[in-house]
Amino acid sequence: MAATVAVENLNPKVLKCEYAVRGEIVIHAQRLQQQLQTQPGSLPFDEILYCNIGNPQSLGQQPVTFFREVLALCDHPYLLQRDEIKSLFSADSISRAKQILASIPGKATGAYSHSQGIKGLRDTIAAGITSRDGFPANADDIFLTDGASPGVHLMMQLLIRNEKDGILVPIPQYPLYSASIALHGGALVPYYLNESTGWGLEISDVKKQLEDARSKGIDVRALVVINPGNPTGQVLAEENQYDIVKFCKNEGLVLLADEVYQENIYVDNKKFHSFKKIVRSLGYGEEDLPLVSYQSVSKGYYGECGKRGGYMEITGFSAPVREQIYKIASVNLCSNISGQILASLIMNPPKAGDESYASYKAEKDGIIASLTRRAKSLEDAFNKLDGITCNEAEGAMYLFPQLSLPQKAIEAAKAANKAPDAFYALRLLESTGIVVVPGSGFGQVPGTWHFRCTILPQEEKIPAIISRFKVFHEAFMAEYHD
Amino acid sequence: MSYNKTASITAETINPRVKTFNYEPCGEIAKHAERLEEELKKNPGSRPFQEIIYCNLGNPQALGQLPITFFREVLSLCDNPTLLERDEASMLFSPCAIKRARKIIEAMPGRDSGPYTPSQGIKSLRESVADGIAGRDGYPSRPEDIFLTDGASSAINLTLQMLIRSDEDGILCPLPEYPLYSASIILHGGTMIPYNLSEDGDWGLEIFEVKRCLEEARISGLTVRAMVVINPGNPTGQVLSITNQEEIVEFCRKEGLVILADEVYQDNIYVENKKFNSFKKVARSLGYNANDISIVSYHSVSMGYSGECGRRGGYMEICGFGEDVIGAICKVASVTLCPNIGGQILTSLVMDRPKIGDDCFERFLAEKDNIQSSLVKRAKTLEEAFNSLEGVTCNKIEGAIYLFPRIHLPAAAIKAAKTEGISPDIFYACRLLDDAGIAVVPGSGFHQISGRNMVAGTWHIRCTILPGEDKINEMIPRLKAFHEAFMNEFRDRS
Repeated sequence: MAATVAVENLNPKVLKCEYAVRGEIVIHAQRLQQQLQTQPGSLPFDEILYCNIGNPQSLGQQPVTFFREVLALCDHPYLLQRDEIKSLFSADSISRAKQILASIPGKATGAYSHSQGIKGLRDTIAAGITSRDGFPANADDIFLTDGASPGVHLMMQLLIRNEKDGILVPIPQYPLYSASIALHGGALVPYYLNESTGWGLEISDVKKQLEDARSKGIDVRALVVINPGNPTGQVLAEENQYDIVKFCKNEGLVLLADEVYQENIYVDNKKFHSFKKIVRSLGYGEEDLPLVSYQSVSKGYYGECGKRGGYMEITGFSAPVREQIYKIASVNLCSNISGQILASLIMNPPKAGDESYASYKAEKDGIIASLTRRAKSLEDAFNKLDGITCNEAEGAMYLFPQLSLPQKAIEAAKAANKAPDAFYALRLLESTGIVVVPGSGFGQVPGTWHFRCTILPQEEKIPAIISRFKVFHEAFMAEYHD
Repeated sequence: MSYNKTASITAETINPRVKTFNYEPCGEIAKHAERLEEELKKNPGSRPFQEIIYCNLGNPQALGQLPITFFREVLSLCDNPTLLERDEASMLFSPCAIKRARKIIEAMPGRDSGPYTPSQGIKSLRESVADGIAGRDGYPSRPEDIFLTDGASSAINLTLQMLIRSDEDGILCPLPEYPLYSASIILHGGTMIPYNLSEDGDWGLEIFEVKRCLEEARISGLTVRAMVVINPGNPTGQVLSITNQEEIVEFCRKEGLVILADEVYQDNIYVENKKFNSFKKVARSLGYNANDISIVSYHSVSMGYSGECGRRGGYMEICGFGEDVIGAICKVASVTLCPNIGGQILTSLVMDRPKIGDDCFERFLAEKDNIQSSLVKRAKTLEEAFNSLEGVTCNKIEGAIYLFPRIHLPAAAIKAAKTEGISPDIFYACRLLDDAGIAVVPGSGFHQISGRNMVAGTWHIRCTILPGEDKINEMIPRLKAFHEAFMNEFRDRS
């Protein structure tokens, strides 16, 4: 009498949620990759090039040596008693590991920690935030999480009571937001970023969307801002940020600031300003605006995606609400200790004078410089193609080019029962082995088509990617030209 | 720091399900204990004890249990694989740790433990887990049925999220329960259907009682989707007999229920006459395969002899869901990308441990046996200590890492508790903490008292067996002295 659990009787919210970054195209790519292994030469390309996911180290980016040394020593503290480590680990990674261990009760790196994360590590992170922003941060406001994603889920769970609770989300968006809102049964209230102004945000547009939602009986509870943007790569101008903060305060919205790409900035004329800094610069305090800021060890120049490290800094919530947030965090006990340690390391990296500083700086600068170059090469390459326009990637790790697809292609897509950008992405995959994510996975102005391509493949591979892409695209456009 | 209320988000306007659940292991007593500890640091001597003994949380390494050397060697090498190229590594790490780390790293794309992995977890590690399960049970296990997760808690949460559509979906849970279940069911908007374990029957499970709860639930309009069984039990410490397990399998098969088998304490068994048998093994032994019955088994690196709670490593093995259901589970798992790699590696090590012939086998075995024999000893010592207290009865601990003694509180104590507006077991646990510095979890945190038992009013505390042997020797006199004084204070003087 088994098979009582079937797709038809699963939680419908689960069925509704989508996460295109690991969706259909990617699953197909994995099947093709298998095929390449079992039948080499059976496809018009030798390898699958995954440009779908912000996963730097899977494409050859090296981890930061100092960070891995500290982690390895904390994994096996017995090493700290052995002289031999002096030839294998830098002096400052040894002293940092000792410092971290001293901050863990009983030096027990295998124990559940406090549900917000080890206090000493939160102190370090708070100090790092303070030094970054010039405004004080408090360790009690920090919740260490397994990557930033669980922190997003937690807030959605807290804020969404029913399908009439809405969350303002930028379109295009990182689909964790739409998925999480769907899973928690809420309403996604979209606000469109403006492609023609470099994916800028107009507060008047956001206000209009808000009012529209309210008129339909939606109680809009929060505004999500992703800065630097994913998939769009823009870095908000400071004035824009001031507008957003004032807007949230006036409208009584929680500001959910996804800031995981804060260390991925590729242009000289833009800087990262945390929303907390903006809020405090405006003279707003704890009573004025509830704000959650997310950071992660997955991005930046560290790229430690698989370690699942991150935090949320929560300010402006009442004590009773904070207690409830703590309670939710406590059900899963704590986030993984390696991730916690890494989060403290990225917020307090080696400084000038430390033994590891020179090599750390060289690694960091090398990675950022390379990302900057790759962002530009790919952006230029896309813009050179007929029928593709691509905004600059000021930050983050992605390009989000727009496709002007001929009508015939759109019809072919319809006939194949696919969105036109998914149709294009599938053909791209099957002809070249390049995996991108169709723009429909992120949302876009209806009638426009995009795809998201990461800037992460190794520099040596980029020319080949560009030329293969060009060949495919020109053939595709020729096939379907009007 | 105090915070003022802000306009829109208040305790009244957050998701009411969040307000409804509680999770007592990290609840009021735990927080009070932390405050007391701070106080003691600032004013040593301000209390009749020098330190808090934490018996509230199953957190072995926080109480002095040492990690298994082999596990930590492998983790360290995998985090810093350049060491594998260095000669000095052989002076610092055992050859079998180097060998295993190499094997793990080589199976990782790019030979790097940094990238996101597939959302189910790295395939080679799932293969190790599947092999380990097959070796344990004597029945095959498939890597595609395995989901590596950040601890078993994430897997349990994910399963309940999949199964619960509305408050009309019910999940059978044992009472007393591990309160992750009630919390998760509430958060996902479902209905918990409690079935009472029988304290007089060594916390055993009566299948007719479960059946009665099922039928009552169905009559009230609920669709009962699954039955949670925690074996060995938390907080109750019983190990189910095979007969019991067979009854459960037959019952669930007949009633079309998924078995959610929480088996995280499978390596914590303290009695000679009981063994761990996985529900999958029992089902297969009865001749049932994945088409006959659906079983999800949860395991974790937090318990057993590894005690690696903070690493957040675990898995669920799902048998009997169709491919499309598995696809839906993968999709939800993919939204948070993947479980942490350290936890994945540890899970594979626990399920594929050093074997006879490996150079580190002897050391591994010695460490493991040392921990397990110490747990047996501590379990017995504390069980006897509780049973020696006036008005306290404590069932035999067969497995897991907790004692769940029943305190027969005098009427005056119950009255005093009522006056303070708290449940009598919370009253007792607070006094135990304040007067003796011992932190436990009040039994009401495990919801042992269902509607049916309210009248009977039995009170318990959950106390772990985890403090080190020295601490336990310190703890027992403190406990006895406190309990005697408490009983004298509230003794019935009529």
